[in-house]
Amino acid sequence: MTTLLEVDSISVTFDGFKAINDLSLAIASTGLRAIIGPNGAGKTTFMDIVTGKTRPDRGRVLWGEGGMNLVGLSEARIARLGLGRKFQRPTVFEAQSVAENLDMALKNPRQPLRLLLARRTAADRVRVEAIAEEIGLRAHLTRRAGELSHGQKQWLEIGMLLAQDPKLLLVDEPAAGMTVAEREHTTDLLKRAARTRAVVVVEHDMEFVRRLDCRVTVLHEGRVLAEGSLDHVTADPNVIDVYLGR
Amino acid sequence: MTIAPAAALRPRFVLAGNPSVLWALLVLAIFTLGVSFLSEGMGVGLISTSFVKTLGKTLCLCLAAVAMDVVWGYCGILSLGHMAFFGLGGYAIGQWLMTARTTEIVAQSLAGQPLPPTPRELEQAVATQIFGVVGADEFPWIWAFSDSLGLQLLMVVLVPGLLAGLFGWLAFRSRVTGVYLSILTQGMTLALSLWLFQNDSGLRGNNGLSGLQNIPGLDGWGQATLSVAFLWGSALALALGYVLFAWLTSGRRGSVIRAIRDDEARVRFLGYGVEGTKLLVFTLTAMVTAIAGALYYPQAGIINPGEVAPLASVYLAVWVAIGGRGRLYGAALGAALVSLLSSWFTSGGVPDVPLGFATIRWTDWWTVLLGLGFVAVTLLAPKGLGGLFDLVPRRPSRRQGDWGPDDGAWRREEG
Ligand SMILES: Nc1ncnc2c1ncn2[C@@H]1O[C@H](COP(=O)(O)OP(=O)(O)OP(=O)(O)O)[C@@H](O)[C@H]1O
Ligand SMILES: [Mg+2]
Repeated sequence: MTTLLEVDSISVTFDGFKAINDLSLAIASTGLRAIIGPNGAGKTTFMDIVTGKTRPDRGRVLWGEGGMNLVGLSEARIARLGLGRKFQRPTVFEAQSVAENLDMALKNPRQPLRLLLARRTAADRVRVEAIAEEIGLRAHLTRRAGELSHGQKQWLEIGMLLAQDPKLLLVDEPAAGMTVAEREHTTDLLKRAARTRAVVVVEHDMEFVRRLDCRVTVLHEGRVLAEGSLDHVTADPNVIDVYLGR
Repeated sequence: MTIAPAAALRPRFVLAGNPSVLWALLVLAIFTLGVSFLSEGMGVGLISTSFVKTLGKTLCLCLAAVAMDVVWGYCGILSLGHMAFFGLGGYAIGQWLMTARTTEIVAQSLAGQPLPPTPRELEQAVATQIFGVVGADEFPWIWAFSDSLGLQLLMVVLVPGLLAGLFGWLAFRSRVTGVYLSILTQGMTLALSLWLFQNDSGLRGNNGLSGLQNIPGLDGWGQATLSVAFLWGSALALALGYVLFAWLTSGRRGSVIRAIRDDEARVRFLGYGVEGTKLLVFTLTAMVTAIAGALYYPQAGIINPGEVAPLASVYLAVWVAIGGRGRLYGAALGAALVSLLSSWFTSGGVPDVPLGFATIRWTDWWTVLLGLGFVAVTLLAPKGLGGLFDLVPRRPSRRQGDWGPDDGAWRREEG
C-alpha cells in the first residue's frame, strides 16, 4: 500500500515546552487510522502542523507520490492539495444554512476571481443533497447551522469534509458530545469514507476506537509511544503506564 | 418537514431571489422622480436647487455607505479609511472640472487680444490661474491627464483602486485583522489628508479644488437643471452599485464572504484564498466609493483635504452601524437619515434651546446628540434601524420554504 502522508521527525516548541518531540508517522492512502493519547499529548498540534496552521521547528511533512514538503505552505494551499480537517470544537458557519455550509465546501474552483463568477450548478445541488442524506441532515438543509445540536454540528462538519472530497481526512474528536446512537452513525460514516481515502481519527473514547477497528497510534508527550492493533497497544506496559492505568 | 431540499440552493436571478433589492430600487426611483417633479429645475419649484443638491449628495453618501456595508458588514473588514477613496474620486474629477473650466475662462479673456495666444501661453495662463494660490505657475505632473475627461474619469477608479489594492495587499498578506487593521486604515487616510494639505502636493494644498459646480460645456443648463441631472446621475450610480453589491453578496461568493467575516481561519482550511477574496472586496468597494465621491463633489462645488480627514471615515462607519450592517438597505437608510439630520442641525435649521443657565446651540451639540444616538442604537437595536423591517409581519409566501422554517427575514435579505 502506498504512503500518502509521511511525517518525518517533526518537533515544535511552545514557549520552551516541547509539544511535539521528534515525531515520525506514516499514513497509507486508504483506510482508517486512530490516534489516541492523554490530554496534551500533542494530537491536535500534530494536525495543526500537517494542515499548515502551526509551523514545526524541525522536520518535514511529505505528501503524496512526489513527496512534496507541506511545511511552509499556506493553509488554503494545503487544503486544495486534498487535506481536509475537522476541528476538535465543531466549527461550522453558524449564521448560514446547512446547505450553504456544504455548498461552500464542495470541490469547486477556489481562486477569488473564479469564485466571483461561480454559479451553483444542478450537480452541486445534487451533491449537497446526497451528502446531507449521508450525514442525516437532509431534513435540516434550510436551517441555520447555529440552530443544530452539538452532534449535528459535528456531522455537518464531517459532511463539509466529505464535500471537499479530500484525499486525507483529519478528524479531531468526532464523537465528543454525541449520544451512543449518534456515535454509531459517526463510526459508519468514517468507515465508509475510509474505503476510498485515508482517514485519521483522534479520539479519547476507547469504545469508539474499538468500533473503528483499525490500526492505532498512541501519542505521548509529543512522540509515538506505541502502534498496532488496539489490543496490541492496550497490552503495552508503557501505554498502560501513561494512559490507561490512570 | 416536506421542503424540497434542492430549493435551499436554487439559483435565482439576484433581483428575483432578493425582494429587498427590488423594493430598494423602487423607493429610489419614486424618490428621484418625486424630487425632480418638485424641483425648481424640472418641476413645480417646491424644492430649492440647493436642497436638490443636498439630496443628490445624500444619494452619493448612501452609495459609499452601501460599499462600506459590504466591506465591513459582510466581509468583516472594519475599514476606517474608505472616505479617502471617496475624496480621491472627487479630486480626480475635480482636476478635469477645474482645468476645463479655467481654460474656458482664460481663453475668453485672451480672445480680445490682437495676437491669439499660443497653446503654450494658454496653458501657462491657465496654470497660473489655478496654481497661483500655492505660488506655482506650471501644471504639476499629477495633472497630466486633466485636460481629458475620459482619462480623468479613468483616474476616478484607477487611482483609488491602486491605492486600495496596494494597501490591501500589504495588510491582508501580513494577516493584519481587527482593530489593528482599522488603525492602519485610519493611518492611510490621515497620511493622505496630510499630504494633500501640503502646498507642493500639486493639488492646491488646503485651498482644495473649487468651482466644481460649473460643468464645462453645460453653461446653458443653469444650476437648477444641473442639480436635477446630478440627482439622476447619483440615483443611477446608487442603483447600479446596489445591484452590483446585492450580486456580490449572493450565492456562493456571498457565502464565502460572510464566512470570512465570521471565521476566516476556518475558511482557509476549506481551501479558499482568504487574502485574495478580501483584497477583491476591499478594492472593489474602494472603487465604487470613489465613483460616489466623483458624483458628490460637483454637487458640493468644492473639495479640500479636510474631506479625507480620518473622522470622515469614522462617520461612514457610524452611519452603517446606525442603519444596520449586514443589510444593504440598512446602510443606505442610516447614511441618508444621519447625514440629512446632520446638515439640518449644523446649518442652524434647528432652533436653539434656551435652558436659562445655558443655551443649547445645535451647531455645537449635534455631535453629542449623534453620539448619544449611536450609543442608543447600539444598546437598544443592535441590528440598527434596518432591523426594524424585521418587525414587519410577513405573510407566509411560497418563498418561505426556501429560506428556513423560522421567519428570520435577514437571511432572506442576505441570501
Ligand atoms: N498555540 C499554543 N501555544 C502554547 N501551547 C500550546 C499551543 N498549542 C498547544 N499547546 C500545548 O501543547 C500541548 C499539546 O496540545 P494538543 O492540543 O496538541 O494536545 P491534544 O493531544 O490535542 O490534547 P487534548 O486531548 O486535550 O485535545 C498542550 O500542553 C498544549 O497546552
Ligand atoms: Mg486536541
